[in-house]
Amino acid sequence: MTSTSTLPDGSATRTAAVRLSGVTKSFAMGRESVEAVRGLDLEIQPGEIVAFLGPNGAGKTTTIDMILGLSRPTTGTAEVLGMAPRDAIARGLVSAVMQTGGLLKDLTVRETVEYTAALFADTRPVDEVLGDAGITEIADRKVAKCSGGEQQRLRFAMALLSDPALLLLDEPTTGMDVEGRRAFWSSIRRDAETGRTVLFATHYLEEADQYADRIVLISHGKVVADGTGAEIKSLASGRTLRFTVPTPDADAFARIPGVDGVEVRGETVILHTKDSDAVARHLLTSTDARDLEITAKGLEDAFIALTGDAR
Amino acid sequence: MSTVTIDPNTRRVPPLGGFNLTVLGLELKRMLRNRRTVIFTLVLPAALLLTFGGQDGWDDPAGSGNVAAYILISMAMYGAALTSAATGSAVAMERALGWSRQLRLTPLNPVVYIVMKTLVALVMGGIAILVVNLVGAFVGKADMPVDVWVASAVVALLCTLTFAALGVFVGYVVPGENAMQILGPGLALLSFLGGLFIPLDQYADWVREIAYWTPMYGVAEVARSPLTHELPWYAVINAVGWFALFVAGAAWRMSKDTARV
Repeated sequence: MTSTSTLPDGSATRTAAVRLSGVTKSFAMGRESVEAVRGLDLEIQPGEIVAFLGPNGAGKTTTIDMILGLSRPTTGTAEVLGMAPRDAIARGLVSAVMQTGGLLKDLTVRETVEYTAALFADTRPVDEVLGDAGITEIADRKVAKCSGGEQQRLRFAMALLSDPALLLLDEPTTGMDVEGRRAFWSSIRRDAETGRTVLFATHYLEEADQYADRIVLISHGKVVADGTGAEIKSLASGRTLRFTVPTPDADAFARIPGVDGVEVRGETVILHTKDSDAVARHLLTSTDARDLEITAKGLEDAFIALTGDAR
Repeated sequence: MSTVTIDPNTRRVPPLGGFNLTVLGLELKRMLRNRRTVIFTLVLPAALLLTFGGQDGWDDPAGSGNVAAYILISMAMYGAALTSAATGSAVAMERALGWSRQLRLTPLNPVVYIVMKTLVALVMGGIAILVVNLVGAFVGKADMPVDVWVASAVVALLCTLTFAALGVFVGYVVPGENAMQILGPGLALLSFLGGLFIPLDQYADWVREIAYWTPMYGVAEVARSPLTHELPWYAVINAVGWFALFVAGAAWRMSKDTARV
């Protein structure tokens, strides 16, 4: 059931914002070597908002590090806007916003932005960036005295200084309230309309579903699904039937036509099926099943089905 | 809806790997705003000079000057070493804060970053040396020809690079703000052993035998050589050897660390 859907067919004339081909990454852990990324192919077109979704340890951060040129693939190639990642960084074409850290506490907000701006060949004016990020009023405040939310806005100001073509976000809305999260995503979407590509790592399914054009699901260092939220959900389509029966016989339930999976927990039985009507009719007419509940599978189930170790 | 696509071909790479005076200025500002650094840099060495510099026999001849001049150079060396070690240890702290990773997402070349930090360490060391010299000149006891005065200050400044490297090294081994808690007393001990606070000939023979091998001995002899006109070959070996060792140590720790930037 581990299906990799086809990559969107980008026309050959446009340069991909991100292109990973056959990328692997191994780390030496003592005498053993751990493979964090195992053969990853990915192409992202300019202007796409892509969610990088996967459980912790799936290889999200390792992959982002390679796109940023912070580490090199063990094998395979990583390209950003048709060039090596470090070259794209040197031209201010790629920015990233980290989840935590990355700030000097003894600088003021304005000094931090000025410091960063001085490292690029061209940037937007510091005052304009401070204004866009909504931190003009706290420009002279020391970073140490800023709240978590204010520090996050400062990180965004720094990332947008060079007007990057590709923006990478690692768990961007951690710690934001619902309102902040909505405001954040609407500004990201406005940015994407100007041609900026956004790739964000998250383990919030809902966030990926709501805000990304495309979800790339990764697990154990590989792409296990790639498509829109709806497409991902359909990969784990079907319904779950839950009922109780005095003496469950798993094999008997598995033989019912249309049943894809059986779980028995004491007297409770859970069946997975794509044809819930037929299975329900059979259960209620030919077995002792009681208390029948039918539920649709959500993205959560798709996520677990596609990435789970349990199977 | 306007589609303003970003054209990668119009983007430029900054010259000199991102080297610039704005960042240098901000880095200096940071150092001078740090109360602890200011106490180490400006206050402590000057206070030590005032304490040690007026002892009996301050006007006895020493090389082409007097004993007070000898003590002045020693205190300048001590102040500069402490200051540049503090600057060096800040590099490791910035790494722990994730700032180095942030910088890796800009065009700044890592070598240029180290060059800029080295310049900051030199400027801070220079300020420390200048303060001690100004206090010494104001007190008026130190006596040496102007060229000796200048030459010893410049040599002391170059010798501070050893301790900038030591600061980076210790900063990596002992993370966080604890680095200076080790470097402070550690450098004081090395200064005693190296003959900065008390001349080596006042020690027992066996202590002196050990002292010749310690890192402060070499640079102290080198920094005072314009005044004393004496420079044993093993002092030069000591200065160069410890410099190489600390730079290698710092480079080793830094390269180990880049694996997870």
